[in-house]
Amino acid sequence: MEHINLFISSVFVNNMVFAYFLGMCSYLAVSKTVKTSVGLGLAVVFVMFITIPINYLMEKYLLREGALAWLSPQLAGVDLSFLSFIMFIAVIAAMVQLVEMVVEKFSPALYNALGIFLPLIAVNCAILGGSLFMQEREFATVWESATFAAGSGFGFFLAIVSLAAIREKIKYSDVPAPLRGLGITFILVGLMAMAFMGFMGFKI
Amino acid sequence: MSQLFSSSNVKLLTNPLNQENPITVQVLGICSALAVTVQMKPALVMALSVTIVMGVANLIISLLRNTIPPRIRIIVQLVVIATLVILVDQILKAFLYDVSKELSVFVGLIITNCIILGRLEAFAMSNKPWQSLLDGIGNGLGYAWILFVVAFFREFLGSGTFFGYPVLEKIGLYQTGYVNNGLMILPPMALILVGVIIWVHRSFNKSLIESK
Repeated sequence: MEHINLFISSVFVNNMVFAYFLGMCSYLAVSKTVKTSVGLGLAVVFVMFITIPINYLMEKYLLREGALAWLSPQLAGVDLSFLSFIMFIAVIAAMVQLVEMVVEKFSPALYNALGIFLPLIAVNCAILGGSLFMQEREFATVWESATFAAGSGFGFFLAIVSLAAIREKIKYSDVPAPLRGLGITFILVGLMAMAFMGFMGFKI
Repeated sequence: MSQLFSSSNVKLLTNPLNQENPITVQVLGICSALAVTVQMKPALVMALSVTIVMGVANLIISLLRNTIPPRIRIIVQLVVIATLVILVDQILKAFLYDVSKELSVFVGLIITNCIILGRLEAFAMSNKPWQSLLDGIGNGLGYAWILFVVAFFREFLGSGTFFGYPVLEKIGLYQTGYVNNGLMILPPMALILVGVIIWVHRSFNKSLIESK
């Protein structure tokens, strides 16, 4: 039950895009067609679901103050938490490289469609942001962090696919020239964020 | 000296302010620009941190550009940025603890701020150190002014203050029945404000209007 609640709240209430503005760059750049946005959304879900639990274990057994006590009692006082940024980003960059190789091997079409954005997932703020929020919220178990990862990733997927669907339709409307493209997209995302605010305080 | 500030070098500083603005034209670094703009003070600290990190990272990568193997350049760039961000984070924690708490994860997210990596890839990897430093600072300033404009409107209309100073209360506007617009503090308005800034910016720069 706890897990379902956490999942729902990270999809809707604490949506990575609408509540924290994470992953905006690729969110705006790749959401022109539904097809590519589904690809990017899936890649984000996948990378997040792998990296956040790994980073959780790193945080718990390597970085936190006293985390090294399992190695030897002398190390109980060591606090490596200032290294967390660099460790998290290293894990993420390595995982992205792996995902890139897998996608290139098994789905060249998707690989070509994603183009530059696959390596850029490494610098997608949503992924590092997910890990940093995981650190801040101090989950009790690795399963909880995995649920959080799945929920956040799915929230991003939902957001990018729905924006792409709207943008495909808005091509046919008569938008004021200076607002065309980027400007109207920002306002659209703002309105979507307002709609998502309706989920605030939502619980099962 | 005159060579250091030749017109093409000055352009590197001023172009990102307008024609090649990182936020409104290159669409880079949006995440942090929206999240830290509820008030002026965190926006100022964030803009300063990003400018410094970007300038120094551009300089370092430019100095190393001939020795970095192309295959692993992203990792090298990330390590350089992450090191600088850790320094900034520790300094903020030591001297500006309340602001650093307010910025929370967004200081760490400077690492993945697409402006920095974008400029390293697009500029520092192929240009000389001095130009790269200027380009980094210029893009930092271009990022900063958008941040200031958004933060100014959100703080002024949302809580009636300017840098925490209660302007509207001092004028006595509240007695006349004026109420703060609470929506300004919430996330959606940041997006809409940036949309409006882009609208205004492109109305003045017709060349930036996107084709249909």
